[in-house]
Amino acid sequence: MYNDVVYFALNYRGVLMNLSFSKEDQEFQQEVRTFIENNYPSEIKEKQDQGIPLSKEDTIKWHKILNDKGWLAVNWPEELGGTGWTITQKHIFQNELAAANTPTLMPFGVNMCGPVIYTFGSDEQKEFHLPKILNGDIWWCQGYSEPGSGSDLASLKTKAEKKGDVYVVNGAKTWTTLAQHADWIFCLVRTDGSGKKQEGISFLLIDMKTPGVEVKPIITIDGTHEVNMVYFDNVEVPVSNLVGEEGFGWSIAKFLLAHERTGIAGIPSLKRELDRLRDITTQIQVGEGSLKDDAMFMSKLDKLEIKLTAAEYTELRTLAAMSAGGHPGPESSILKILGTDLQQELSDLFVEAVGYYAHPFMTEEDLASNESRIGPDFAAPVMPHYLNYRKVSIYGGSNEIQRNVIAKAVLGL
Amino acid sequence: MDFSLTEEQQLLQDSINQFVEREYTFDDRKKFLDSEKGFNEENWKTFGSLGWLGMPFSEEDGGYNGGPVDVMVIMENLGKGLIVEPYVPSILLSGKILADLGSDEQKTNYLHPMISGEKIITFAYIEPQSRFNLSDCLTKATASDDGFILDGYKALVHNASASDTLIVSARTSGNQCDEKGISLFLVDANTKGVSLRNYSTIDGGKASELTLENVSIPKNSLLGAMDEGFSTIDNAIDLATLGICAEAVGIMGKMNEMTLEYTKTREQFEQKLSQFQALQHRMVDNFMHYEQSKSLLVMCAAKMNDNTEDKKKALASLKYQIGLSGKHIGEESIQLHGGMGVTDEMHIGHYFKRLTTIRTLYGNSDYHLSNYASL
Repeated sequence: MYNDVVYFALNYRGVLMNLSFSKEDQEFQQEVRTFIENNYPSEIKEKQDQGIPLSKEDTIKWHKILNDKGWLAVNWPEELGGTGWTITQKHIFQNELAAANTPTLMPFGVNMCGPVIYTFGSDEQKEFHLPKILNGDIWWCQGYSEPGSGSDLASLKTKAEKKGDVYVVNGAKTWTTLAQHADWIFCLVRTDGSGKKQEGISFLLIDMKTPGVEVKPIITIDGTHEVNMVYFDNVEVPVSNLVGEEGFGWSIAKFLLAHERTGIAGIPSLKRELDRLRDITTQIQVGEGSLKDDAMFMSKLDKLEIKLTAAEYTELRTLAAMSAGGHPGPESSILKILGTDLQQELSDLFVEAVGYYAHPFMTEEDLASNESRIGPDFAAPVMPHYLNYRKVSIYGGSNEIQRNVIAKAVLGL
Repeated sequence: MDFSLTEEQQLLQDSINQFVEREYTFDDRKKFLDSEKGFNEENWKTFGSLGWLGMPFSEEDGGYNGGPVDVMVIMENLGKGLIVEPYVPSILLSGKILADLGSDEQKTNYLHPMISGEKIITFAYIEPQSRFNLSDCLTKATASDDGFILDGYKALVHNASASDTLIVSARTSGNQCDEKGISLFLVDANTKGVSLRNYSTIDGGKASELTLENVSIPKNSLLGAMDEGFSTIDNAIDLATLGICAEAVGIMGKMNEMTLEYTKTREQFEQKLSQFQALQHRMVDNFMHYEQSKSLLVMCAAKMNDNTEDKKKALASLKYQIGLSGKHIGEESIQLHGGMGVTDEMHIGHYFKRLTTIRTLYGNSDYHLSNYASL
């Protein structure tokens, strides 16, 4: 069950244990719940609960609702529109959002580009971009990976040549999530090819409407269009769109990797989904009983729950260390591996649970249509989800790369 | 001990591989998938003329007297090409049932044209609540003056929309999960009261949900003896299980091949992926999974004609292993391809999807492990 009492603050050395919320935190939790109850649009909730893909408008709508309340840029400095919450409060907030199955907001603006701009950007960039990020007026996408540069990101080749007061950008970015909706893209580009490969990289903000930018869809094995190729053909970008100094891009990329990574395991959503699967087992008819009577299946669910608890407490220990003033460092690599592993295993258990009804191929259009689904409603999205979630151990630094980070930075190998 | 194929089997293997190479590129396959029937009828006729459709049947039934090893050879190599023609539902399931139970007249009207590639016949037996239990059957057949009336619902009937005839299992006596009391009927797809809801499956196939509403069929539609259909269903599913396990082994071998090839080409950090030891070990594990699966496949093919318990144990072992190795090789191959592995454009993902549906088909690993334990 979703826990009302969460375990704070755990001293990560395991000495002090205070496993319940303070009175203030409990009140805060109640405030968040009430807010969600009163403000989560029912039409979006219905889509979310039925596994119907959200439109761009749905996502922006929820974004704006949170922003109007001042609860969007949870981690930003208070003076720029942040919440000033404690780590415990942030944790409670994320848990409540996940428990209510609210839409996942696009991280590219508020969690990534925003912090980069307020940390490294010029006054002009701050003034122009930060309010638009908060308002949801600009949809950002991320231009990191390239066809030849996946795990080895620093080998990227997209070139930005300075000519007068513009950079002329040529190259291609790949796996660009929802670039088809995006207004702007933040890119790592090569401004210098001469020295060490990390040193010639710069961080550039590019308006997608600039002539020479072309977006081409990549269809994935679940049949959806989520990612894209983005091509740059002599794209002229004002020099004023450079963030920080030339050659400072790799430092910004590393800053982003260490920034806001604690939520990466997606623990609250995993808990919600695991509960949902337990519930579904009672609805799946097997002979004269239900799947709940299948001891072998249920033991797999239990094993996963134990694994999830271990990951949850690993995250809490990291949070506790942070609230004691530490920095989330390579620990976030552990959480990325644990979380994505759990996400994939859980998606496989859903497939196993629904048996043959995982086989009909449901496109996004099928899921969104009013026609009844093949088999039980909950069965239709499980296979596309399983297939789509192959990506989670590949993106955001593949789990192989995360293991390299742990080997190097934690174990000192 | 000799595990090698006979000369005929070797020739069979070569001819299938040649067919795949010449007639079944990925572009061809995509065209077949997108067509209304979901496969290519010319291919099906070719299969007939090359003798593949008749392989599992006796000479007196118009077949080529092939055994389980021949079925293995055919399916393993069709698997390598990711063939979508309905060999399993039509030949291994319906064909096997017709060969076991059909009267002379029924064989003449159904089995013979099926073997020659003129008729497609599918088998409708899964129900929404039955999961993998073959004796769980709620669809009912009641005797009428001139035959039977069928009422009920069948799920995931493969290639039903392209079938001329359906073989339908229905309860003629007993309770929901009794083995006794299930009978098998031939139902013309155009019969009044038969309705299909067609859809594509995730692995590129076609299937339908079948509703039977007051469907009136003649007396001579009954296959074999009344109430005694279960053991025939069970035997047919056994043969089909061997078939899809062989298909899975073909797919796994192909996926390993493609992954090796990819890692030898793709460079990151100024090295081929294949040079990273951490990745080498994972490809070794994939290779070992393949070898274990292949070993159980060969064992099982050799035991298909043994006494029932040995055969059942062999099948349970094999399908259990295919479930495990299918998951392992499938997921690892995608991971080792990185982002490219999840694109529709790369072939690897299509093999992965078929391998994933095979994990469930005719019972997943848990189901077969329980079977094994009960033997």
